[in-house]
Amino acid sequence: MFPTILFFIFAAVLIGAALGVILSRNPVYSALLLVLCFFNASVIWVLLDAEFLGIVLVLVYVGAVMVLFLFVVMMLDLNLERLRREFAGYWPLTVAVAGFAVFAMINVIVVKHLGGAGLQTAPALAANYSNTRTLGVELFTRYAYPSQVAALILLVASVAAIVLTLRQRKGGKPQDIAQQVAVRAKDRVRIVKMASEKKL
Amino acid sequence: MTAGVFNPGFFNSGLAYAWPEIFLSLAACVILVLDLLLNDTQRRWSGVLAVVSLVVTAVLVLAHPVATRVVALGGLFELDRMAQILKAVTLLTVAAVFVYSTDYLQRRDIFKGEYFVLGLFATVGGMVLISAGSLITLYLGLELMSLCLYAMVAFDRDSGIAAESAIKYFVLGSMASGTLLYGMSIIYGVTGSLELAGIAGVASNAAIAGNIGLLFGVAFLIVGVGFKFGAVPFHMWIPDVYEGSPTSVTVFIGTASKLAAFALAMRLLPEALGAAQTDWSQMLAVLAVLSMAIGNIVAIAQTNLKRMLAYSTISHVGFVLLGILSGTAQGYQASMFYMISYVIVAAGAFGMILLLAREGFEADKITDFKGLNARSPWFAGMMAILMFSLAGLPPFIGFWAKLGVIQAVLGVHFTWLAVVAVLFSVVGAFFYLRIVKLMYFDEPTDTAVIGGSVLMRTMLSANALLAFGLGVIPGSLLQICQRALQ
Repeated sequence: MFPTILFFIFAAVLIGAALGVILSRNPVYSALLLVLCFFNASVIWVLLDAEFLGIVLVLVYVGAVMVLFLFVVMMLDLNLERLRREFAGYWPLTVAVAGFAVFAMINVIVVKHLGGAGLQTAPALAANYSNTRTLGVELFTRYAYPSQVAALILLVASVAAIVLTLRQRKGGKPQDIAQQVAVRAKDRVRIVKMASEKKL
Repeated sequence: MTAGVFNPGFFNSGLAYAWPEIFLSLAACVILVLDLLLNDTQRRWSGVLAVVSLVVTAVLVLAHPVATRVVALGGLFELDRMAQILKAVTLLTVAAVFVYSTDYLQRRDIFKGEYFVLGLFATVGGMVLISAGSLITLYLGLELMSLCLYAMVAFDRDSGIAAESAIKYFVLGSMASGTLLYGMSIIYGVTGSLELAGIAGVASNAAIAGNIGLLFGVAFLIVGVGFKFGAVPFHMWIPDVYEGSPTSVTVFIGTASKLAAFALAMRLLPEALGAAQTDWSQMLAVLAVLSMAIGNIVAIAQTNLKRMLAYSTISHVGFVLLGILSGTAQGYQASMFYMISYVIVAAGAFGMILLLAREGFEADKITDFKGLNARSPWFAGMMAILMFSLAGLPPFIGFWAKLGVIQAVLGVHFTWLAVVAVLFSVVGAFFYLRIVKLMYFDEPTDTAVIGGSVLMRTMLSANALLAFGLGVIPGSLLQICQRALQ
């Protein structure tokens, strides 16, 4: 009973925060509300006995990704007035479509009840059951192939990020360290012999 | 396997079947590093290596034909005849795309080794997707491919329209991936299995088959599949992305990624959820009719050839869906034949745009093909073959493809669908034949000599002649598709 109450509290905050992300007028608030979303999702994971995933979500998304995101949002010079005006024209359609989708989903999930073979209560886990260990063993044995494919996705992400942003500027003045180190005194100093002036 | 016990057998049981994927990933990594050592005048070697590794991978795929479906790596990987044929066609198509693209990229000053590396990784993603045995590998393969394509669309960094279409593609593509993932999670919840065979086993259970939860999941899966295919009403991105991206990337999206989308549909719908066939058939019928209608009618109004071919893709996707929705082996075979023949023809059609493009001139307006016959009778003839084939005139390959899917829907008594398909292919014939008319009966407005390397011209001619040859003797390809999906 108590976990169910907790679930509903955190799920309600999660949905509220998610709505806040898209409705907030200030993009910094949106980013912070997204942090709240992630935090609530991680609590729900912990309630489902997936502590490792919950902690990783906080560490990776809240700790690293969203902080970076906040920096980006603060750096960008967003024209909020224009964005808001563009959204204003579409909101009746947005609300109608989203409302219909939510209505249909509630109808299916709550009224008609989503039954099935998978929806059984999970077996209780032993007190010393280690989520992290199980995940690690599964990832490197049974799921070795998908984790390699995921590694390729990360490689592609870094290659793509570099190819899209690395730009050799024309007329830039980069330093060539090797050349600077290899410089010799006679390259820099030119000794000019001059005849001394005669005393008048 | 009990959790917590290390079993090395799982790691490599049947890993040998994934050897082509492993080889191609390694080749892509090697080319990525070697490319750093090349200067701009030697850059062509990256392309040569990429094409060679694609051909070698195709040989590896075809060297060990499997007779029945092999499930390896603990159910995550599946190899059957369909997978082998689709992989081989994808690899050879990508090789042809690389050959067509080289000149174009050089002239546009965006000739970088990363084009080939990202293209190779996208191909690996397509291969993983084609022989996925589980929802996990299906999704990972799809993401690997899509991520490469998003970056490739934005490859021309100084072009505003390319950046715009890349953002559109990325945002809509992420939405579609999210929807697909949501559908997958519902399916997992209902069936309790991630493996396609396991899902099929549970779904065929009568208690589950009519379950509303299963249909709920299927609806979301179809949105995702429809987006990747570009079927109406999930087609919005196609014209903008085709027009905005460099033509060398458009041809990649228009050919190799469509084969992967076909594999995605085949793995998810007939293979995993064959038990819910009557339900997804209805949904696909809506998508198919809308795609054929919107694709063929809106294409008439286009003045940009890339946009016109985009709408033509949408209409052809409608035909491919016809075969899948019929739910019979004959229909799946017809769809596969349609997809492969469309990819051959589309590669040639985009190749023609690449051939005519020059520095500062895209050759992507329909009027740019005016009087092509006077400039080069040979390539006008090749373009005419491709256009006749897209229109579905006999004896070109497109005719047999259309005939196959129409026979398939007639076989399951969807007569009205067959009538709609025939009507819209007549509408579609108009804008393909308009190109032929412009090439043969109008005066050229452009007198520049047609460029392109000897290799590219030979490949392009071979490509168009293949569309003609397979139309005259369609038997061999038909037989391959029949054997692939019995």
